[in-house]
Amino acid sequence: MGRVSHMDESTVVISMQEIVKKFGDFTANDHINLCVHKGEVHAILGENGAGKSTLMNVLCGLYKPTSGQIFLNGKEISFSSPKHAIDMGIGMVHQHFMLIQPFTVTDNIILGVEPVKGMVVDKKTARDKVLELSERYNMKIDPDAKIEDISVGMQQRVEILKVLYRGADVLILDEPTASLTPQEIEGLMEIIENLTADGKSILLITHKLKEITASSDNCTIIRQGKYIDTVKVSEVNENDLAAMMVGRDVNFKVDKKEQKAGETVLEVKNIHAKDYRGVEILNGLNLSVRRGEIVGLAGVDGNGQTELVEILTGLRKAESGEVTVLGKNLFNATPKQTFENGISSIPADRQKHGLVLEFSNEDNMILQHFEEEPYSHKGILNRKAIREHATELMEKFDVRPRGTEGAPSGNLSGGNQQKVIIAREVTNDKELLIAVNPTRGLDVGAIEFVHKYLVEQRNKNRAVLLVSFELDEIMSLSDRIEVIFDGQITGSVPGKDADEKELGYLMAGGKKA
Amino acid sequence: MRKRKSILETSVLYTLIAIVLGFVIGAIFLVVAGISPAAAYGKLIDGVFGKPKFMVWTLVYASPLIFTGMSVAFSLRTGVFNIGAEGQFVVGSLAACAIGILVDLPAVIHVPLCLAAAAAAGFIWSYLVGLLKVKRGIHEVLSYIMFNWIAFYLSNYAVNTAVLHKEGNGEATKDVLDSARLLFPQGILKALNCTGANWGFILAVAAAVLMWVIIEKTTLGYRLKAVGYNKEAATFGGINADQSILTALGISGALAGIGGAVQILGMAGRISQFAGQEGYGFEGITVALIGGSSPLGCIFSGIFYGAMKYGGAKLTMVGAPEEVIDIIMGCVIIFIAISSVFKGLLMKVVKKK
Repeated sequence: MGRVSHMDESTVVISMQEIVKKFGDFTANDHINLCVHKGEVHAILGENGAGKSTLMNVLCGLYKPTSGQIFLNGKEISFSSPKHAIDMGIGMVHQHFMLIQPFTVTDNIILGVEPVKGMVVDKKTARDKVLELSERYNMKIDPDAKIEDISVGMQQRVEILKVLYRGADVLILDEPTASLTPQEIEGLMEIIENLTADGKSILLITHKLKEITASSDNCTIIRQGKYIDTVKVSEVNENDLAAMMVGRDVNFKVDKKEQKAGETVLEVKNIHAKDYRGVEILNGLNLSVRRGEIVGLAGVDGNGQTELVEILTGLRKAESGEVTVLGKNLFNATPKQTFENGISSIPADRQKHGLVLEFSNEDNMILQHFEEEPYSHKGILNRKAIREHATELMEKFDVRPRGTEGAPSGNLSGGNQQKVIIAREVTNDKELLIAVNPTRGLDVGAIEFVHKYLVEQRNKNRAVLLVSFELDEIMSLSDRIEVIFDGQITGSVPGKDADEKELGYLMAGGKKA
Repeated sequence: MRKRKSILETSVLYTLIAIVLGFVIGAIFLVVAGISPAAAYGKLIDGVFGKPKFMVWTLVYASPLIFTGMSVAFSLRTGVFNIGAEGQFVVGSLAACAIGILVDLPAVIHVPLCLAAAAAAGFIWSYLVGLLKVKRGIHEVLSYIMFNWIAFYLSNYAVNTAVLHKEGNGEATKDVLDSARLLFPQGILKALNCTGANWGFILAVAAAVLMWVIIEKTTLGYRLKAVGYNKEAATFGGINADQSILTALGISGALAGIGGAVQILGMAGRISQFAGQEGYGFEGITVALIGGSSPLGCIFSGIFYGAMKYGGAKLTMVGAPEEVIDIIMGCVIIFIAISSVFKGLLMKVVKKK
């Protein structure tokens, strides 16, 4: 990838030794070691819930370790608070941004450490310093823009600048690419490069292997709270990393036998729709999905795929067009009608559409079925049947921790929340399954698992429509790839031997030669 | 240690702490006003527990409050805020009163008919607000408050119509017929030595059980809660969210309406012209909050509020103003609202030990 390492192996900035962190009887970190050099990008790799975040929270002063030592520039130190840690030069950029929306970029960056002139905030000095920092690391940003007006990628820059403004030499980036577009990820990688060139050290928490191999010098792997190993990234490949993380070999290649597609299940013709501003977002779109095939809908976010899925699942009304499932008209149907006529879907936003977080897992498992036997009889819920159903699905779909049928879904980790939704939607066993970014935020073990179920649906002669912003996912799963651009399908290529470059060209609005 | 911690995590404890602190603040005001808190609170306790008939009166005072409390609690459990229980209570009273005066039937039919009319009136009053919310996107709090005033003036108008107004002077309706009264039979009234003892409290307990069953055990409750917690996910799951909101608001309104009937048929026997809003509906908000929005909790907090109202009325005997009760109840609500502060403090103390 042509990346230049700026690691200075002679200077150890941070050394964490034999860190143990217990919460009651639960050991989140079990004797973990970590050593970070000046100018190094050090990745922390682990499954959802492996203990990465706990370790980083110990490092940034949020948690006190139960035992173990932390050395900063060779001296032992014990952080009393996050403020203490940032004063000592360790700053964390959280996954969920902590910015005040109506404030400007500068206001957010200086919040709590405002330069003052007499009694008033010295905005000019602050603004100059922000500009100076952003130029130094080549992070272009408008210091006077309001947070609510700038993109997610820009907001992340503000978070990074916030930490730099406070003088951090070590930056902890928690899942920094989770909500970024591919272009924004590339921009972030450049920023990381510029930071390390200036002697800053980066701790990258992630479970995206590709990013690690593209950006990191070293990688420390944690599994179930235990230290597994620290490896030089240049000496391993993605498969090695995945195996160490999960504790077994992970199959990246999706096993999919050849299979002929059958009759047409979903037929979408000439759909027109407007978004909330009244701008045309679907522009005469045509699409069909047949039995026994996975159709991947590839495209850059914002080209109409979200709206298309909302129309298909009854959450949004289209202006005109046709939607049929097995010949039955479902144009502008209600969610219940689409469900009853053969469409099941894994929604893009699991917390908004997928789950009622306050509901127990068992209640979420019957969201579309609570009025059916055996879950209820004449309006009275059958708690026993509901519990048995949930126990069975949680076992089959490996929702962890077990025994949480009656606990709120909001308590589960993101990956396990997704498993609850997948368990529910896949077992609906409908003619058409629509999956939108089904593996977003999941670790490789869980991704493999989700992919297996999507292929299983296809093999059972169901139709599957996969909408994903991860091109890799589309390419490895789809039998046919349709490219959406500006509210229309602009190209169709067979999934087998699809070419990433060609797809990228089509996704950017290029026409097929 | 673990056991102690689990006690510290229950909200009941913090509700009790809030109540104690409310009394402490009330005591401060009493001292400032030159009244002995011991004498005042002694009178309050004596006024509630001093004689068996006092306790019966407490339940009589509590019954309508339990209903309005459950009305608000039901709405909170289903994701809306019924601040209009006051208005639904008033239209419920009015419906029960009108049927109680104008229709002459045997008691076994008359009483249920009055209750049903009150429930229907409360249901419709709240349902209309729901329609405005669902069809026109008008926030329910806004319309509820306006509907409270419409109910208020509607009641005052009705009181003065020829068919309902009592003969002669006075600003009240005729008395409802005896067949419509919710009072216990004479023998029991004599035994209890309480002229106002009525079926209201028993109805309230029955309604609480029914409400618990609906929320916890039925598909209806499942649907209403799903919409209340997450409208988007419920819609995604095929639930008609608008319909659910209307149903929830309707049921909530019906509960407040029955509360109004219980007050008229059980206690007052007639409606007087209002000078200002009576406050049963607003007191219901307090009851719901103290009761943690659970039906069972509303019974206890309703009794508590009933005791405060009934006992508080006797404070004047020791020269203390009745309003001290409002101060105490207001403070209790504030302390419940900030209970997480106490929780944090207590947890810290326990941790240190």
